[in-house]
Amino acid sequence: MSETKIEIKGLTKVFGKNPKGMMKHVDAGISKEDLLEHHGHVLGLHDINMELHTRKIEVVMGLSGSGKSTLIRHINRLIEPTAGSISVDGEEVLKMNDAQLRRFRQEKTAMVFQKFALLPHRTIIDNVSFGLKVQGKEKGFIHDQAMHWLERVGLKGVEKHYPSQLSGGMQQRVGLARALSCDADILMMDEAFSALDPLIRSDMQDLLLELQEELHKTIVFITHDLDEALKIGDRIAILNGGRLVQHGSAQEILLNPADDYVERFVADVNRTRVLLAKSIMVDDKPEDQAQSVTVNEDETVDNVLHALLSEDGSYVIVEDDKGRKVGYIDKETLAETVFQAEQKSAA
Amino acid sequence: MFYDQEVADMEWLTEFPSLTRGELRGFRKSVDESFRSFTQEYGESLESFFDPLLNFLIWSEKVLLAAPWPVVILAIAALAFLGSHSWKIVFGVVASLLAIGYMGMWDDTMRTLSIITVCTIVAIAIGIPLGILMARSNRLQALITPILDIMQTMPSFVYLIPVVMLLGIGKVPGMIAVIIYALPPIVRLTNLGIRQVDAEVVEAANAFGCTAWQKLTNVQMPLALPSIFAGVNQTIMMALSMVVIASMIGVTGLGQPVLKAITNQYFSLGLLNGLAIVAIAIIFDRVSQRYGLRIQKHRQGGHHV
Ligand SMILES: Nc1ncnc2c1ncn2[C@@H]1O[C@H](COP(=O)(O)OP(=O)(O)O)[C@@H](O)[C@H]1O
Ligand SMILES: [Mg+2]
Repeated sequence: MSETKIEIKGLTKVFGKNPKGMMKHVDAGISKEDLLEHHGHVLGLHDINMELHTRKIEVVMGLSGSGKSTLIRHINRLIEPTAGSISVDGEEVLKMNDAQLRRFRQEKTAMVFQKFALLPHRTIIDNVSFGLKVQGKEKGFIHDQAMHWLERVGLKGVEKHYPSQLSGGMQQRVGLARALSCDADILMMDEAFSALDPLIRSDMQDLLLELQEELHKTIVFITHDLDEALKIGDRIAILNGGRLVQHGSAQEILLNPADDYVERFVADVNRTRVLLAKSIMVDDKPEDQAQSVTVNEDETVDNVLHALLSEDGSYVIVEDDKGRKVGYIDKETLAETVFQAEQKSAA
Repeated sequence: MFYDQEVADMEWLTEFPSLTRGELRGFRKSVDESFRSFTQEYGESLESFFDPLLNFLIWSEKVLLAAPWPVVILAIAALAFLGSHSWKIVFGVVASLLAIGYMGMWDDTMRTLSIITVCTIVAIAIGIPLGILMARSNRLQALITPILDIMQTMPSFVYLIPVVMLLGIGKVPGMIAVIIYALPPIVRLTNLGIRQVDAEVVEAANAFGCTAWQKLTNVQMPLALPSIFAGVNQTIMMALSMVVIASMIGVTGLGQPVLKAITNQYFSLGLLNGLAIVAIAIIFDRVSQRYGLRIQKHRQGGHHV
């Protein structure tokens, strides 16, 4: 079972002149539209309760204006909530005084921004050093760290350049190196790849996954792109109009969408490429079947189908990473899953 | 009869219902008198308060006047080159300084240069911190903006009156009038520059745990620099234009011959000294503009790697 790194309880944010005064309407369940129309306040977030797991990539998804940026900015208190609480490693973020909050931001969290937010007047190496300089670390150490992380994100040789001399993708690598060099447990990325071209974006996603394999940070990753969410997210939270409508693994969300909104959101996904063997397997061995094919539980349905067809098997044995049998899939179930997936994407 | 009555009733519309002459005299007298007694009480200590300012001016005048003129020209040319990196501008600077000296305006020009320098430095020293404070508080901005508006629209002669009443005639009141007059642009543009800094970059500074000071020095000031520089440039120009007016209350320099030319209708005297002021203005303007452009060259994008 995963441990909780960040716990958010009853988080509500109202933007406007008198947010606290709006709480009675908000508690009564007023909609975002009505609060704006009748009371002139914006409901940014409403009663968010969620636990973000340690060492996982937690994706927050939703349409533009659904409150993603507002949510992530509460974690390091760039935005003060109207109600609710946030705790990180069991420590209440809202109870920290200014100095404690600065330390928390310096040491526990690091952030990557949509438009990179680099310092245009500083060289690349100085940009990467920024977080450590703020922490007041020693010069030689800062330099070594900065060079190390620049190399890790594939940017060796540009340390003397200025940000404007680099392409967007390279600038975001600098943004990533700057965040990583702080050695914080929590990495917060607000649509960090959204401004990039599709190919570069895909490279950056791969880079992030590769780094995460080794670093095991708690990553809060915001995106409005479902493909991105499915590719990199261990778990996905879906926001709609400031409310959390579903939070779980890609499997859970695809198999049991919480409401129409989520269903529409995931309608275009090619399920066979996302659903895993373990989410469609059953415990009972199919009868009268001879020829079996063995697959790992984390293979996608697409790959399972491929294996079954290419090896001309009649059923599938699913095993875990340690080679233990954990379930079975027969041809009918597989066919049914693929058929349903086709239908859903066609609809 | 009836008609007359009506006209009499309407009189308050045609004649402005003002204070009577006696009341008005009383009002002005009380304002003037309280100001005068304030002056009598605090004038002395105010004067000594401004002593360092006076010493600074006297010192810089002395340096410029005592130094051999070729040295001064070389020094100014060197400064112009450091600022602009442009030989064209340096050439223009040297040529106009030579012409000024040749036409017998060297000493007055040096006096004007030194008062502009001193006033600009003081205006910057007051204006930038004020602009920074203003950028940090919407309340302060709402308070100071109308004051700056008044300062900029008030006819410049009006400044002279309270200053002269407080401190009399001389270099210090002249300088104070110039500084006050030159202050608004630097305050305004510092405030504006800081407020216009990319919100995401400021947010990044906060997210990495900067103190207010770290944020100011690492992010806000450097990114506001082009705007602040435009403010410095405007402040210099304002100071120059005030120098002529301030010569009415004892500021020496190029303004005095201009004033003399106006009162005595010496056309050529006024024209020459006016041209000398214009030359200084252009020198300051070009050099500071070039410098402003140079310090923000990293912003222009440029070649991708
Ligand atoms: N400072 C603010 N003042 C008023 N409304 C805001 C402010 N910041 C965000 N909002 C509103 O809150 C809602 C959520 O915004 P945001 O979190 O930026 O959405 P997202 O990042 O999902 O696009 C939007 O309706 C937005 O207009
Ligand atoms: Mg956003």
